[in-house]
Amino acid sequence: MKTSILMKGAALGALLTAAGVIAPAAAQDSVYFANNAYRTGPFSGSGIPIGDGMRDYITMINERDGGVNGVKVVYEECETGYDTKKSIECYEQAKAKNTIVYSPWSTGATLAAIPRAHVDKIPILSMAYGLSASADGTNFPWVFIPPFTYWDGASIMVKHMAAELGGMDKLKGKKLGLIHLDAPFGKEPISVLENLAKKYGFELKLYPVAAADMQNQGSLWLSIRRDRPDYLYNQGWGAMNPTAVKEAIKNNFPINKLVGVWWAGGDDDARAGGEQAKGYRSLNLNAAGQNFPAIQDILKYVVEKGKSTTPKDKVGENLYNRGVYNSMLVVEAIRNAQKLTGKKVVNAEDMRRGLESLNITPARLKEIGMEGFATPTTITCTDHSGHSKAYVAEWDGTKWTQKGDWLEPMKDEVRPLIESNAKDYVEKAGNWPKRVESCEKSS
Amino acid sequence: MLYREAGQYKSTYSADMAVFPLREDRIGIAVILATALVAIPFFGSDFFIASVMIPFLVFSLAAIGLNILTGYTGLISLGTAAFMGVGAYACYKLTTFFPNVNIIVLILLSGLFSAGIGVLFGLPSLRIKGFYLAVATLAAQFFLQWAFVRVPWLFNYNASGAIEVPQRTLFGLPVTGAAATPETRYFVCLGLVVVLTWFASNLVHGKLGRSWMAVRDMDIAAELMGIKLLNAKLMAFAVSSYFAGVAGAMMIFFWYGGGEAADVFSIRLSFNILFMVIIGGLGSLIGSFFGAAFLSILPTALKFGLPALGIPLAGAAAEHVTFMLVGALIIIFLIVEPHGLARLWQIGKQKLRTWPFPY
Repeated sequence: MKTSILMKGAALGALLTAAGVIAPAAAQDSVYFANNAYRTGPFSGSGIPIGDGMRDYITMINERDGGVNGVKVVYEECETGYDTKKSIECYEQAKAKNTIVYSPWSTGATLAAIPRAHVDKIPILSMAYGLSASADGTNFPWVFIPPFTYWDGASIMVKHMAAELGGMDKLKGKKLGLIHLDAPFGKEPISVLENLAKKYGFELKLYPVAAADMQNQGSLWLSIRRDRPDYLYNQGWGAMNPTAVKEAIKNNFPINKLVGVWWAGGDDDARAGGEQAKGYRSLNLNAAGQNFPAIQDILKYVVEKGKSTTPKDKVGENLYNRGVYNSMLVVEAIRNAQKLTGKKVVNAEDMRRGLESLNITPARLKEIGMEGFATPTTITCTDHSGHSKAYVAEWDGTKWTQKGDWLEPMKDEVRPLIESNAKDYVEKAGNWPKRVESCEKSS
Repeated sequence: MLYREAGQYKSTYSADMAVFPLREDRIGIAVILATALVAIPFFGSDFFIASVMIPFLVFSLAAIGLNILTGYTGLISLGTAAFMGVGAYACYKLTTFFPNVNIIVLILLSGLFSAGIGVLFGLPSLRIKGFYLAVATLAAQFFLQWAFVRVPWLFNYNASGAIEVPQRTLFGLPVTGAAATPETRYFVCLGLVVVLTWFASNLVHGKLGRSWMAVRDMDIAAELMGIKLLNAKLMAFAVSSYFAGVAGAMMIFFWYGGGEAADVFSIRLSFNILFMVIIGGLGSLIGSFFGAAFLSILPTALKFGLPALGIPLAGAAAEHVTFMLVGALIIIFLIVEPHGLARLWQIGKQKLRTWPFPY
């Protein structure tokens, strides 16, 4: 017994030492990029396609171009299972390995990382998720939240509702239900929706879903049947979304009045509802499908060469393309940082500058083979989000299609709220680091 | 012969009653404390201190808390995470009400709120035992977690519903918030854990601890001996919840630094701490440390250690392997040594006592 304890002790000791002394992975001609992923746990249904898209685009850039301007991107996933505890571990690991940017992939992980990143000087890219208030670049110089925030999304939802009803004045007396995950992610849009409800005279009903009850929404839909909201906005993620779609069908809720946030727009989310899910809607920031040169290049250089774990027919699905979009932002920011600094191998500080002056123009989108894939986005020193446009996507039974135009968020509603909340956050945090970083001009 | 008692005479009652009667044990504790106080902060990397040592300390304290209730008093609880949550939210509210009061004081005070709530949910323990009590504490888990999410006052009406830990300083040094270095946070955690462990050790070796153990072994017999069950059981709940509450406050303030607090204190955490206690050894303080090390350090060591040793395991695969390994190890431990790691440690010491000439 004694020897076995000693051996176990020794083995554990060896593992610990190894874990403690991991050398930075970045070599001379490469940059290291750590990405949180969740291929396990209750959110894996949404996490897997996103992770695949992120990884495949970076692999494609490395394979096709030999990296960004010849600098390979060493891409590493850290499994979190959507668990904040593990995300913190992953953040510490990413920091120890000198990541140039940290991509948290959950609102909880973003909240925990924001104060740390401002001290460690690591830029956070929380693409269309995370703390909405962090779009205020003056107070959050290290957080980037393009192309828009949850607050923008909520205002786009109200616009969509008004457009269908025939004008903003028609909103009066209507009922909007918000099904949301009962966690920071789900609660984000509430404040904006409350403001808009007051302003336009519609009623807001909240339907919170605890993380443990994501697949068990029966009682919730009973209240939805009682309340009969005119529209439902679904701020859900993971296993919660297919359940919501199925419940809507079961409860005879008109499926085209159920609109998901962009994270509720997974192909599998809609597919779960079968034939009757036709007409299910979701806000979207990227196009679905394979008909883009960039996606074709992924197929050619990555998937067909067996360098990806993605099945070929899953490439181009909505959430997969979302991952591609996120990686595209990272790659473009590296390119921009290289241009700004004249260095080939950029570090986290350079990357922050690169992100802050990121300007994805229509011409640039065309150049990288993504024309029509997303709207142009400009990040500025004060505006770390860009408040770009989203469109309403509709499920046609087999794939997502674009329904109507790209809609602009109500920036005049969202922006003041962002600034006041950012101020509030900074005050509460006590001794929040003042912005010392000089402003970058957009390139 | 490493543990040789020969020549160590005890001439007073207090020497005979000492927690560490052997000189070797006292030296051992001194070595451990020296390692914890000097070697780890000076030679450990930030990652090691922030992601391995601080979680280990937090879980050790929580495990001690549960061990007092389950291991020493024999009352099963599945609500540990909720009591930890009470501590965390209480500390958050206290520090917003009294921003100038020392954060260590507030952390120690927040345990009292947890103790109060613990006593409340411990009341049924006077009538019910075993599984039935476990279900009653499960109610605490569900109710409190629900309250953390639904009572906006608890998180100061924050839009995201999360606790954001403000910066607080001690002797001018930031100890909470992002500016606090891992070393500072580690020292504060270590200090709290050492002091509270010493406190727990004195409790369980004293009159109260003896009455707890009597209740655990047979409560009717204990009652006949004149132990007041009401006092003993409720004190166990109070002390246990106090430890859990302090551990919860430490968890949010020194480790997480903010985030989805309500989600943190889920039933998964309660189970995890129960496993720590069972694997570490019921009714043993050192077992709580062993259990916490086993269940909090091992997954991290496997996840980041295996790739570093050259075993290429990425992302989800590593996670699955960790699940399988930890699961298998738990089962193996329970079969090989149901009394936990603490018992293994005791056997080891026993063997060392006669080494190299076993009889």
